[in-house]
Amino acid sequence: MALLEIENLTVAFATSVGPFKAVDNVSLTCDRGEILSIVGESGSGKSVAMLALMGLLPWTATVTADTLRFDGKDMLTMSAQQKRTIIGKDIAMIFQEPMSSLNPCFTVGFQIGESLRIHMGMNRAQRRERSIELLNLVGIPAPEKRLSLFPHQLSGGMSQRVMIAMALACDPKLLIADEPTTALDVTIQAQILDLLVDLQKRHGMGLILITHDMGVVAETAERVQVQYAGQKVEEQHVRELFRDPHHPYTQALLSALPERATRRGRLPSIPGVVPGQYDRPSGCLFAPRCRYATERCDRETERQGAEFGFALCNYPLKDGDPTGYPEKAEAGQ
Amino acid sequence: MLRFFVNKLLLVLPTLIGITIVAFAFVRVLPGDPILLLAGERGVSPERYHKLLVQFGYDLPIWQQYFNYVIGLLHGDFGISISTKRPVIDEFLARFPATLELSVFAMTFATVIGIPAGIISAVKRSSVFDQLTMGVALTGYSMPIFWWGLLLIILFSGMLHWTPVSGRIDLLYFFPPVTGFMTVDALLSGQKGAFQSAVSHLILPSIVLGTIPLAVIARQTRSAMLEVLGEDYVRTARAKGLTPVRVIGLHAFRNALIPVVTTIGLQVGLLMAGAILTETIFSWPGIGKWMIDSISRRDYPVVQGGLVLIAGIVMLVNLIVDLLYGLINPRISHQ
Repeated sequence: MALLEIENLTVAFATSVGPFKAVDNVSLTCDRGEILSIVGESGSGKSVAMLALMGLLPWTATVTADTLRFDGKDMLTMSAQQKRTIIGKDIAMIFQEPMSSLNPCFTVGFQIGESLRIHMGMNRAQRRERSIELLNLVGIPAPEKRLSLFPHQLSGGMSQRVMIAMALACDPKLLIADEPTTALDVTIQAQILDLLVDLQKRHGMGLILITHDMGVVAETAERVQVQYAGQKVEEQHVRELFRDPHHPYTQALLSALPERATRRGRLPSIPGVVPGQYDRPSGCLFAPRCRYATERCDRETERQGAEFGFALCNYPLKDGDPTGYPEKAEAGQ
Repeated sequence: MLRFFVNKLLLVLPTLIGITIVAFAFVRVLPGDPILLLAGERGVSPERYHKLLVQFGYDLPIWQQYFNYVIGLLHGDFGISISTKRPVIDEFLARFPATLELSVFAMTFATVIGIPAGIISAVKRSSVFDQLTMGVALTGYSMPIFWWGLLLIILFSGMLHWTPVSGRIDLLYFFPPVTGFMTVDALLSGQKGAFQSAVSHLILPSIVLGTIPLAVIARQTRSAMLEVLGEDYVRTARAKGLTPVRVIGLHAFRNALIPVVTTIGLQVGLLMAGAILTETIFSWPGIGKWMIDSISRRDYPVVQGGLVLIAGIVMLVNLIVDLLYGLINPRISHQ
């Protein structure tokens, strides 16, 4: 049984013009010792799905799911109080903006120690000892001195290390990293990613890495889930995904990478934008931007099996060509 | 820290000079002559009038009068009251505890209710509670103090007989002032029922004086909390599995405190203005009533001295607020 099992998770936000589905029937699993990467552009619902799991969404959000199970415990039927014994202890999360994610009014030591006191019931001396150990673990030099610092006295990279130390405080089974390197300098990005992967290996925890950076995916992930407009469009092992993407969106994303651009001249891009609340297509959400879209795609879309990476596509790609694609003349209709 | 303090004091200096000019000019612009008012209906002979004019120094050119006044202030001399012949500073100190006591009660009333109401409104934004609270706050803010005071007196003192109409304590009780705070003195006197009497006299004036600060504090707390609740560090706090009370009361509120404390500090200035009306309505023997009485007597030294002293207190409170910033938010440091 996987550590985290999510089946058909839907998150809808109440807006003045009716509900808006930010996450649409997304399923995912993540096991102990595994790195799952969720990729997608802004607004693809990748963060929202994880915030829903953590219970961190605003009250305008409605979360529904067939299964939401962590470590064998059903998170759907759990009371808020029971949830708080898991959140921050067994599931920890780090965020995109380390500088604003730390509370400016409290010292580093207080903020790390807080989880230790609430979840582990440690006394002051134990908390101090463990905090120093944690800061050492995330590679912060002279940790004894850092404990009394306030967040504004830390750099961005240092703040993210503190966030990671906070997340690791209670030895979580699952760590969710929501774009942990987006706000950091490129040189620091690599350090933080290495640190995360190293800690994940050493502690044997599950790591869900949310990112929009394919470079980050290639470097760290094992299994990759691609999301588009709130839906999961493909799921594959990282190497296969880069070698043979099955969904046209994944293919388009990969060909837009500067490293993979084969020809000189303009870099390929995906025309159009992600559909919003008002222009949501009735069939495949990617159809308006897809070069392979047919009239059928405007009506419906089919979930493929494992051989096509569970692609949500009527004509999944195989070695760059759409499978089961109608004849040219027919497609043109 | 010391440099911060000196810098602040240097900034306060021009304000103080401005206040002395305003206070000095203010009473002299008012129509009416202090000496004629002192003489009353019996009138005064021209010789005697001139003698008094020279005695009080009002025969000198206006700039020289101001100069003498400022020289006096620099020596800590606030002048002598024309009507009571007692030093202004003594009269002020005798009445100030009454105003301070009332202000403390009013401010406590305003913050103890205003801050929680603001927090709950922000957390339960757009709820019935929020709309009701903000509606009441707006009404409270817009209400003329004297009218509100009279309404409360009619209801609670006149119709329900729950609270006394005016004064600081029942005439039954008498004890010498020790601290000047009636509640404290009543406790010290050990007389049965004295403390209850002193508190019951404080209730209505405190509510009346605290109404506007209460409304302002509630609204300011709400908007500061709304801003802070959307911050990333609040999400981090929730992601730690902390209870909502701890997330809101500690992580969010601590950050929302700066604007709230600023507002409370500014309200102290308004409190002094409000005290004038409230003390007049409830015959409260504080500096507000003293100032009103002195203005009607054109008691130049008292009005001048009183204004400068009140302004000094307001500036002192704001200085304390500035110092508090550094304690609340470590990003604001006093180098």
